[in-house]
Amino acid sequence: MSRNPYVRPISTTTWYMRHGRYKVYVLRELTSFLVMFYSFLTIYGLSALTGSAERWDAFLASQQSTAMVVFHGVALLYFLFFQTFPWFKLAPKAMPVQIGEKKLPDSYIIIGHYVAWLAVSVFILWLAGAF
Amino acid sequence: MSTQTRQMELEVMRYDPEKDDAPWFQTYSVPCMEDWVILDAINYVKDNLDTTLAYRWSCHMMVCGSCGMMVNGEPSLTCKTFIRELPDKVRIEPLENFPIERDLVVVLDDVMQKLHQVQPYIIRKDDPPAEDKEYIQSRGALAKFKQLTMCINCMCCYAACPQYALNKDFIGPAALALAHRYNRDNRDQGKSDRLDILADHDGVWDCSFVGACSEVCPKHVDPAAAIQQMKVDGAVEFWKQKMGIPGDKS
Repeated sequence: MSRNPYVRPISTTTWYMRHGRYKVYVLRELTSFLVMFYSFLTIYGLSALTGSAERWDAFLASQQSTAMVVFHGVALLYFLFFQTFPWFKLAPKAMPVQIGEKKLPDSYIIIGHYVAWLAVSVFILWLAGAF
Repeated sequence: MSTQTRQMELEVMRYDPEKDDAPWFQTYSVPCMEDWVILDAINYVKDNLDTTLAYRWSCHMMVCGSCGMMVNGEPSLTCKTFIRELPDKVRIEPLENFPIERDLVVVLDDVMQKLHQVQPYIIRKDDPPAEDKEYIQSRGALAKFKQLTMCINCMCCYAACPQYALNKDFIGPAALALAHRYNRDNRDQGKSDRLDILADHDGVWDCSFVGACSEVCPKHVDPAAAIQQMKVDGAVEFWKQKMGIPGDKS
């Protein structure tokens, strides 16, 4: 008897089509394109701010167009469903807290993250003069 | 005990290294009892229909970790996968991401070497305790890693891991979880010895947290959580070193 192990081929470009959980992962990773877009948008906005008052006003106006407001809304939802909700849910796995022999319930850590998120959001809105 | 039988079609991947160029599927019609698991159905094939079928199994009770296979595309411990939860047609393949030795038997040499590589044993830097003494461990200290000791090396996690599928250098879920088990053990002082392997490119940082390993783990070891905790540990250790704070004693 001779050994001749068979190695099943795997596609490096379509491997994620094999299973639903891989597709969800790829959808999560696609948020990186939005991160890239918002990085460029921030740089563009800063350049307008350091340019002239007209350029800055034009930048603000462009962001308030219906198309951009819809885009920002969709982007926010995409981030919520593929980053915020799943990562906060997984936070107790990466940062378990043990007191004595007992683990702190996962819900405490998850709620703590939402409270911190809310606090940071309110602070940023306050900085932006929303209140 | 149920006496009802259900006729099931088992599509089993076959591969004879001496005859076949590539694997192929053979279909067996098996009268299954409703309380059977997939392993019972495969044993029925071996005992009654085809003695040439090769596969691994031993305990039939989720302890030995030998009978991991792909059941309808999902890495599964076949002694834990009940037929009542499956349709009448079931496809059974050897664990994905491993070379096929024969039929449903895979070559596990690579992960065996990786398990060894992470030094999965207690390492002490000081003198061992006197003969009449032992290392003390509180129940709280045991709770820090007990879940990780449940691994039975069935390798379902490697079959589920797309990172391991694409990059065979990745140490992988079970071996990393095992390393974490020893890093978390208060009797161990070998954390810094393991750091070279774990913090290296093929260690924890190759994991992109798909989380598939934890989803398929039949023993709820949660290797994905162990790997993320090691990333946190590694980052803390890195900054401690940068800021000149003495690191972990071990």
